Amino acid sequence: MSALLRTEDVRKAYGGVHALDSCTVEIEEGSVAGLIGPNGSGKTTLFNVITGYAKADEGQVYLADKKITNVTPDKVFALGIGRTFQLTRIFASLTVLENMLVASPNGRAAARKRAMEQLEFVGIHGHHAELAGTLSYGQRKLLELAYVLVADPAVILLDEPAGGVNLSLINHIAERIRELNAAGKTFLIVEHNMEFVMGLCDRVTVLDSGAVVAAGPPDIIRTDRRVLNAYLGEDLADDDPHPGEQA
Amino acid sequence: MTTPAGGPAQGAGASTTGRSVLKIEGLVVGYGGGDVLRGVSLEVTEGGITCVVGPNGAGKSTLMSSISGLLRPRLGSITLGEENLVGMSPRQILRLGVVQVPQNHSLFRDMTVRENGELGADILSDRALTARRVTAVFDIFPDLAGWAGKKAGSLSGGQQRLVEFARALMLEPRLLMLDEPSMGLAPKILRTVFDAIRQMNSAGTTILLVEQNARAGLRLSSQGVVMESGRVRLSGTGREVLENPEIGALYLGGAVSAG
Repeated sequence: MSALLRTEDVRKAYGGVHALDSCTVEIEEGSVAGLIGPNGSGKTTLFNVITGYAKADEGQVYLADKKITNVTPDKVFALGIGRTFQLTRIFASLTVLENMLVASPNGRAAARKRAMEQLEFVGIHGHHAELAGTLSYGQRKLLELAYVLVADPAVILLDEPAGGVNLSLINHIAERIRELNAAGKTFLIVEHNMEFVMGLCDRVTVLDSGAVVAAGPPDIIRTDRRVLNAYLGEDLADDDPHPGEQA
Repeated sequence: MTTPAGGPAQGAGASTTGRSVLKIEGLVVGYGGGDVLRGVSLEVTEGGITCVVGPNGAGKSTLMSSISGLLRPRLGSITLGEENLVGMSPRQILRLGVVQVPQNHSLFRDMTVRENGELGADILSDRALTARRVTAVFDIFPDLAGWAGKKAGSLSGGQQRLVEFARALMLEPRLLMLDEPSMGLAPKILRTVFDAIRQMNSAGTTILLVEQNARAGLRLSSQGVVMESGRVRLSGTGREVLENPEIGALYLGGAVSAG
C-alpha cells in the first residue's frame, strides 16, 4: 500500500454519541487529501484520534506501516505528523518569534535561523518581534503553520485553514500548501470552504455521522448523491406532502 | 451563479397573509476582517415559516445576530413593520417582539421547566400576564404541563428544545427566530422538534428558521432562502427551493459558481 497515513475501523464515542463509527481513511504519500462533511460529522474527532488528542475506542491508526494508535500527542508530533487547530493555539503574550522557538529542539542560533526561514516562507517574518496576540486571525493561522513546519513533519493536518480568513490570505495559504506539497509534504485538510478543498485536493473523503460515505477525486465527490444527502440532511417527508403550504 | 441578491422571488406561500413582517434590504455586516453579509435582501412573510439554509460560513448566524441587534450592520436596513431595527439595542428589539432561540442549549438546568418558561416573560414585569402566558404556552405544548416541576437539566435534548421554544413564546413574538434547532439532536428527535415548530406556526407565530438540515427545514417552510458566501443565492417557496437542482452545487461548489 502506498498509504502513508491510514485509520482502520476507528470508533470513538462520547457518552452515547458515536463521533466516529468504523472510520477507515487512507492518505496517499505525497497527496493533498481533503476531509469534508457537515457539522458534527466527526472530522475534528478523527484529527484528534490521529494526533493523540483523543483515544480511539476501537480500531487502529498507522503511519506508514507503524501502528501509532493512542500514542500521545508529543510522540505523534515527533513521529512526523504535525497539525494545526481550528481555533489557533498560539501564545498571545509571546512574540511571533518566541512562539516559534517554543517548538524548537535545536540550539539557539540554528533554531532562530530556521524559525525565521519558516516565518519568511509563510510571509509573516516582518511581524517576528510583535506579540502574537496582535496578529490577525489569518496571520495566526500562518504562524501555526510555520510552527508546525519547524519540526519538518512528513504529514501535515490542517483544521480549517481557510475558515474566517479573507480571500487574498486564503489564496496565499493555498499557494504555500502547493509549494510544500511539491517539496514532498503530505496533507490532510479539514475545510468547509468547498472552492478551497476542491481546488487544492487530489482526493476528498466525506464523513457523515462518523462514517465515510464517499471518497474520490473532487469532480466525482461534488456530484455524488451520498455527499449531497449528507450535506442537505435527512428529509423528514412522510404522508404529509408539503405542510408548509397549507398550515 | 449569477442570480442577483434577492433571487427569483416567487410568490408567497399559501399559508400566509402575503404581507412582510420583516424586510431586509442590502444588508452588509462584518466583524472587522471583511464583510460576512455582502448585500442581503430578503423578506419574512407574516404567518409563515421562512427557512434560511446554506453551507457553513454562508452568514446565516450573522444574519440572525444582525436582526437581534447583537451586531450592527455597516449598510442596509432591517424593517419590522414600519420600524428600522438598525441601531436599536437587543433589548429594544426584543420589546418590539423579535425573539431568538439561540443555537446553544440555553436553559438554566437547575431551575424547573416552569421557572425557565417564566423567565421568558421577565421583561413584562407582570405576574398575572405571565401566568396567563404560561397557560397559553402549555396549550400549544401540552407535554410541558407534565414537566413543569422538573428540573430543566433532567430533560432530554429534544425536550429541552421544546422548553426553549416555550420560553420564547412567552412574549407572544411578532417574529420568532430559531437558530439551527436540530443541531446536536439525534435523528429520531428531529421529527419532534420539527413538529413543534409546525405547532407554533399553526398557533399563529411567524417564524424565521435557520436550519442545517436543509431538506427537512425547507419542506416545513412556506418560504425558502439559500445563502452562500454572504449573499442570497436562491429564494422562493420552500418547495421551489427544495427542488431546485442548483442547491447541491451551492453546498458542494462547482457547476453553479462556475457558470
